[in-house]
Amino acid sequence: MTFVAKPEVHHPQLPLNEIGLNRRDYEGLVSTLCAGCGHDSVSAALIQACAELAIPPHRFAKLSGIGCSSKTPNYFLGNSHGFNAVHGRMPSVATGANLANRSLYCIGVSGDGDSASIGIGQFAHIVRRRINMLYIVDNNGTYGLTKGQFSATNDKGSTSKRGVPNLYEPIDLVSMALDIGAGFVARSFSGDKGQLVPLIKAGLMHRGFSFIDVISPCVAFNNHNGSTKSYEFTRSHAASVVAADFVSPHEEITADYGPGEREVVEMPDGSRLHLRKLEEDYDPHDRAGALTYLQQAALDGEVVTGLLYVDSDGTDCHEILDTVDTPLSVLGEVELCPGQAALDGINAGFR
Amino acid sequence: MKVTDIGNPDYFHKVVDCQWGCPSHTPVPEYIRLIAQERYTEAYMVNWESNVFPGILGRTCDRPCEPVCRRVRTEEKPVAICRLKRVAADHKGDIRPYLPPVPKKKNGKRIALLGAGPASLAVARDLLPLGYEIDMFDRDPAGGGMMRSQIPAFRLPAEVLEEEVDLILDMGVNARFNYEITSMKEMLDMGYDAYFVGTGAPRGRDLDLPGRLESDAHISIGIDWLSSVAFGHIDSISGKVIVMGGGNTAMDCCRTSKRIGAESVTVVVRSAFHVMKASDWEKEEAMDENIPIVNNRPPKEFVHDNGKLKGVVFECVKPVEDENGRLNYVPTGEPDVYMECDHILMAIGQENHCPWIERDIGIEFDKWDCPVLDEVTFQTTHPKVFFGGDSAFGPENIIWASAHAHQAAISIHLLCQGKDIRRDRPPEGVNLISQRMGVHEWSYDAEHDPAKRFIVPHANLSNALQNIKVEVELGFDRALGLKEAQRCLNCDIQTVFTDSLCIECDACVDICPMDCITFTDNGEEEDLRSRLTAPAENLAQDLYVSGELGTGRVMVKDEDVCLHCGLCAERCPTAAWDMQKSVIHVPQLGTYPE
Repeated sequence: MTFVAKPEVHHPQLPLNEIGLNRRDYEGLVSTLCAGCGHDSVSAALIQACAELAIPPHRFAKLSGIGCSSKTPNYFLGNSHGFNAVHGRMPSVATGANLANRSLYCIGVSGDGDSASIGIGQFAHIVRRRINMLYIVDNNGTYGLTKGQFSATNDKGSTSKRGVPNLYEPIDLVSMALDIGAGFVARSFSGDKGQLVPLIKAGLMHRGFSFIDVISPCVAFNNHNGSTKSYEFTRSHAASVVAADFVSPHEEITADYGPGEREVVEMPDGSRLHLRKLEEDYDPHDRAGALTYLQQAALDGEVVTGLLYVDSDGTDCHEILDTVDTPLSVLGEVELCPGQAALDGINAGFR
Repeated sequence: MKVTDIGNPDYFHKVVDCQWGCPSHTPVPEYIRLIAQERYTEAYMVNWESNVFPGILGRTCDRPCEPVCRRVRTEEKPVAICRLKRVAADHKGDIRPYLPPVPKKKNGKRIALLGAGPASLAVARDLLPLGYEIDMFDRDPAGGGMMRSQIPAFRLPAEVLEEEVDLILDMGVNARFNYEITSMKEMLDMGYDAYFVGTGAPRGRDLDLPGRLESDAHISIGIDWLSSVAFGHIDSISGKVIVMGGGNTAMDCCRTSKRIGAESVTVVVRSAFHVMKASDWEKEEAMDENIPIVNNRPPKEFVHDNGKLKGVVFECVKPVEDENGRLNYVPTGEPDVYMECDHILMAIGQENHCPWIERDIGIEFDKWDCPVLDEVTFQTTHPKVFFGGDSAFGPENIIWASAHAHQAAISIHLLCQGKDIRRDRPPEGVNLISQRMGVHEWSYDAEHDPAKRFIVPHANLSNALQNIKVEVELGFDRALGLKEAQRCLNCDIQTVFTDSLCIECDACVDICPMDCITFTDNGEEEDLRSRLTAPAENLAQDLYVSGELGTGRVMVKDEDVCLHCGLCAERCPTAAWDMQKSVIHVPQLGTYPE
């Protein structure tokens, strides 16, 4: 817990984005997590991504459940909407928020406990409903807040701080999300902002359910030699299969690629996603192939990172339900309550 | 880049911009922290040890520390370092218990100090505690030199001056005042073990223009005139006064004239306003007293009527910058300007001048008539003769006199001990002391205070203008002093990085409010500077580069705008970052064990 307040003064040359804000304007309170927590880096990546997208902070809705990860929305986007839900129930609240106000950019932050244990049912259903949001799991493989028990994503054979091995098979949220129909699935590492920041930007701009599993080491309980979610293990075993560069609509393309080296995915807002294959055999549009690849890599002890799957024609819950374009939250009483005659009409339709 | 050697005393010394910028290398943040703890006596002694005249300098220093203050780069205005020095002096208690003891039994070496100004006094202060016998000679009736004769009482009250001068004289100086030195040869014949010449830059420049000789009775040299006012030989001036020159002496001349009866005072400067030699605050204070400053007007002629000065003719020029950024003054084509006046004070510079030193006794002078000196030892070509202060390299501020004096005193001591005055000089050093007191406790106030610079209260202008002895600046009171002290960024509490402990978690990068820290692949300096979290464009500020880390990258910290807030150390899980106080050992007599 840090008691020194973060000074408001910033670097004199800190750039302003298109709406006249600098990165510091997207910060929240100073983190109360343990020093060195990977989650703080994820928050910093979110801050950087949101500032670079030049979206006003009040256009975001931050949603979380319970756990170390779920505390983090307090540490970024201090001037946005937020809801800290019951343990594992963030998806319900996110669904409600998104249905009520489709104009907000929803960011859900959850953890391996919140999403893979108590909230796994809710997680599965928000994926299949394709709520238009960015869902981030800060995945450290441990219950940090209750002093370091194995979580459901902890790899079998990985040990606790005291050397006791985990006996159970892990749940891989990435595979689950792929399986149930998420339109954008990625895995990244809190210690690699070069990879994480563009993924966050792309995930926010992708229409439909975007999921990023971020390996985010727990310095207090799961950053030792027997851990498969430590800084050192992740750095030495991570293999990026597809690099994604996010290009805003107004940005010029500066990266220089050879022919056939990149693929451009158009995003709904006019931005583009430049995909570069780092692994020849990997196809980020092949859901089934991705699942096979991930399972084989897991057997080989490799942590596959990068943009693992993207559905270029993503769809979302509002499209599925064919709701009105205007957010429900700004519709008037007349539109929302069309009166007895309209209700009678609907009821008659069921007779 | 190579791994930064933080064991090199200069590395962290440079990070403490104020201390590095101070010729005497006063540990500024250290005494500001003492002020913040209301330990004024200790704060005063930290100053006294280093710059010898805290009360005087707290009012008159040229403040080379302030323009380089980090606060200028992180926000806007520097910490009011000079005025805080005065706070320490104004509020100090009894300093006697802290003074170095002067042995009754002398060491048998006799030193002659020529001149009783700041340089000589500082040499005396350094040498007396080591048992030297000190004889000090000066033509004036009292000690202090230019501090007494050229700085008016409304800037430096007599009691402040006397307190600090007497403190040194009372350590056992044999003062020989009213002693006009006419021959250096005679002095050498007196058989001292060493001589220190601190006679200042006593000759004011003059202008050889038409009418100068004829109007001589109405034209005074600024520093001589100020000296006559200081010693009470002149107590009034009448009619219209023109002060020529743009330095601090010119500002003192015009403000003094205004106080002792001038009907009107105008400062006329040949150069542009922004390149005037006077400190900004001196200019501001003159203007606050409604004294007009007219720029870009070189004088052409003194107009007189049978020896009675009538006025001055000035040419009209304008500054034009050439491709090297130098200002050239070209005529504007406007007709010459005639300004009426009854008296002229000439403050266009001064020079060191030693007509009493024979040129055939082994002390060489260069073509500008300055003594040939070793810049480190201050020794002349005569092994027993040393120079310091304005007489060494020309007019500078008092703080330079203290700096020269410390070095000259070391040389004199080594000479008298039969040692090599170059080779045997004490080395510089640095100590690093962790400031961590507990998990989240630091021994210094790391909190950043965003307050703007506080303004020093001034005496009522009409009262101040009526009496030359009324001090214009009132100084910070305790409350304001405490507030201003909070603005100091504690630049001597260093961010020290231990690469073997780092796990590269990025916590420091994420928390740093100024984007100072980057983990990246190593490279040449120019390349590295361009690819940091924030570009490091201030080439005067160093990059702190670690050894190679686990991933093969290095940690690079740009020292430029670091707030020394300690958040990197606070958020570091492995204590790879620590906040450590750098204590710079600046060689000075008495601070090293023999």
